[in-house]
Amino acid sequence: MKLENLTFKGGVGVPHHKELTEGLPIEKAKDPEIVYIPLHQHTGAPCEPIVKVGEVVKVGQMIGQSSAFVSAPVHSSVSGVVKSITEMPTPTAQKVKCVVIESDGKDELHESVKPKGDLESLTQKEILEIIKEAGITGMGGAGFPTHVKLSPPPEKKIDAILINGAECEPYLTADHRVMVEYPEKIVFGLKAIMKAVGVDKGFIGIENNKPDAVQAIREAAKNEPNIQVVTLKVKYPQGDEKRLINAILGREVPSGGLPMDVGAVVCNVSSTKAIADAILEGKPLYERVVTITGHGIKEPKNLLAKIGTPFKDLIEQCGGFTGTPGKIIAGGPMMGISQYSIDVPIIKGSNGILVLTEKEARPEKVSPCIKCGKCVEVCPVRLEPLYLGGYAMKKNFDKAEEYHALDCVECGSCSYICPAKRPLAESIRLAKREIIARRKSKR
Amino acid sequence: MEGKAVDTSKAYKVALENELLVTSSPHIRSNESVQRIMLDVIIALIPAMIGSVYFFGINALKLILISVASSVFFEALIQKAFKKQVTINDFSAVITGILLAFNLPASAPWWLPIMGSAFAIIVVKQLFGGLGSNFMNPALAGRAFLLTSWPTHMSSFTGTRPDVVATATPLAIMKYGMASDGAASATVEAATSASSSQGAMLPELWDMFIGNIPGAIGETSALLLLIGALYLIIRHVIDWKIPVFYIGTTFVMLILLGVDAELLPYHILGGGLILGAFFMATDYASSPVTPLGRIIFGVGAGILTALIRVKGGYPEGVSYSILLMNVATPLIEKYTKPRVFGGAK
Repeated sequence: MKLENLTFKGGVGVPHHKELTEGLPIEKAKDPEIVYIPLHQHTGAPCEPIVKVGEVVKVGQMIGQSSAFVSAPVHSSVSGVVKSITEMPTPTAQKVKCVVIESDGKDELHESVKPKGDLESLTQKEILEIIKEAGITGMGGAGFPTHVKLSPPPEKKIDAILINGAECEPYLTADHRVMVEYPEKIVFGLKAIMKAVGVDKGFIGIENNKPDAVQAIREAAKNEPNIQVVTLKVKYPQGDEKRLINAILGREVPSGGLPMDVGAVVCNVSSTKAIADAILEGKPLYERVVTITGHGIKEPKNLLAKIGTPFKDLIEQCGGFTGTPGKIIAGGPMMGISQYSIDVPIIKGSNGILVLTEKEARPEKVSPCIKCGKCVEVCPVRLEPLYLGGYAMKKNFDKAEEYHALDCVECGSCSYICPAKRPLAESIRLAKREIIARRKSKR
Repeated sequence: MEGKAVDTSKAYKVALENELLVTSSPHIRSNESVQRIMLDVIIALIPAMIGSVYFFGINALKLILISVASSVFFEALIQKAFKKQVTINDFSAVITGILLAFNLPASAPWWLPIMGSAFAIIVVKQLFGGLGSNFMNPALAGRAFLLTSWPTHMSSFTGTRPDVVATATPLAIMKYGMASDGAASATVEAATSASSSQGAMLPELWDMFIGNIPGAIGETSALLLLIGALYLIIRHVIDWKIPVFYIGTTFVMLILLGVDAELLPYHILGGGLILGAFFMATDYASSPVTPLGRIIFGVGAGILTALIRVKGGYPEGVSYSILLMNVATPLIEKYTKPRVFGGAK
């Protein structure tokens, strides 16, 4: 099997702008004076606070948890005193209950943070428990709790673990730097996942524009016969998990299905490193690498930031803005969420803060569709965005559903390529929300 | 230093309250634009335009200019009359003007392109909703309108410079003039009514290729049209599927219909096939967007073209074939929806 330059059908070439930060080593961000840690940073049930206002907490101490299976606990990222527990805006554009902690600057580790033993002696169950207790979630996308992903129902036979190092979003280099600087941790994390799921085939997929990461990981995995490093064609959205499975394994996740339906589990590289940290050091997920970038930022950087650090602290450490910023985005330019404030905190899924200049953010004039069909060519799901978008804008949601609106992955390729600058992905997203809301109300 | 940084952020915070743009993703757009696409098509037509003036003389230039000017004028006029935004700067009317002129014989009177562009722009394009909503290729519909209304003007072709006398096109010679053999024998009767084509000789193949033959001003030079077509394919303006399947099917169908192998190149290079396949059948609004639909569109137009040329009453069949496939496009799209990723096979 040839494992070079693999890809999927469709997709679009997007200028990646990674040159701003791809060569910059990860720097530790300045310790925040105060952190705002949301109790709901993942897909699933929100956590309940298990600390009280006025309580003294340490780094790595669990401060929120839920009894639900699909959930992930949260931990303090600083040592200090809980000031309040209150609803605040977060980068996902929702108001979430947050634990506000004032740091004492001592950065004292909690006693629960200690190595968990070596991989050989740990059982499947123990590994999953460690991952769950460490609060690890998907750190690239929807923030799905990792232990849930790694516990498929017994009827789903998993035969391959895929580590997603595509990082196809333009500008972002957090995963890239993690791969270059911690390759052996990623290999270790993958081995832990393989053991936890009981699978002996592991792949690490990396886009071709990161040759240094490919080299580093290949070097780290050279004595691992069960681990293959796969290079992927530079094409957006190569890092979408269903596209990644299609490129590497040649399998198609059925419409409405999950990777486990085709025997695969996909995990982001940063989450994989977090698993290694959780086993080797007993370190829960309380800090992560964030790329602060864009032409609206004076000195773009890759910062290792504590969860709960306000965006504005990190922006300041990167020299502030170059002028009046046009748009501030949590994540990348294709799927990130634009923010109305820089007081929101970094969460587990924050892979980047992108600041576009006023000029870059200026909306372009929309004109009527000329039916060029470029959106059909680039759609990785093979939808017809021109018709779907048209029906959505006319509020004809039944017709949008008939055109498979719910299969849209909202990657934004159609809106990106559209010569008439039509808001295709945006209107399909609206149709999806409406269709799902209607289904719920019918029940 | 630190205090200063905090201060600036406070200043920004005040500014940010009203400045930050919040929208749904994606937050960036490509450099593609409607204007650029149309400009590319115009660039691709330039070699053939120069060729038309070289082969047919200054009258060709006059027809092109009148056609373009009147197309743009009618577009602006009708949009003003309908109180709509005037969109002549998207250059699409310029393309309609050029293509319409390309379908005229060099001897056409000056008012012919004006009538044609009025029909193409006002009726076919703007009354149906403007750019992107036309159900037929406007230039071809304009040509069909002219052919029905002024058949003599539309079919008295002149040879290339310097002998400006009425002659027959290679397709007409094959249909009416060489009635003694092969497929054309079915229309022997038609040959007598044809103007002066009796006994005319087919031109050299090289002349056919470079365009030194009688015909409509923009359709004769396969070479110059192909240069433009290649540019459009490289620039991703047109999809290769429609023209390749169109020309390929025409070729196969002509063989199936018993056309002599020697005459096949004349069929491919002779009439408006190259112009039609690359520049008219690929019109976005009137051709399918689905990959399979584009193949069916090309195959359908190819079958019709060969049938009209061999079995029909006209020597040329490109325009009507494309127009017929244009109206079949919504149906083709309906039945060729791509299989969604992960959907049922």
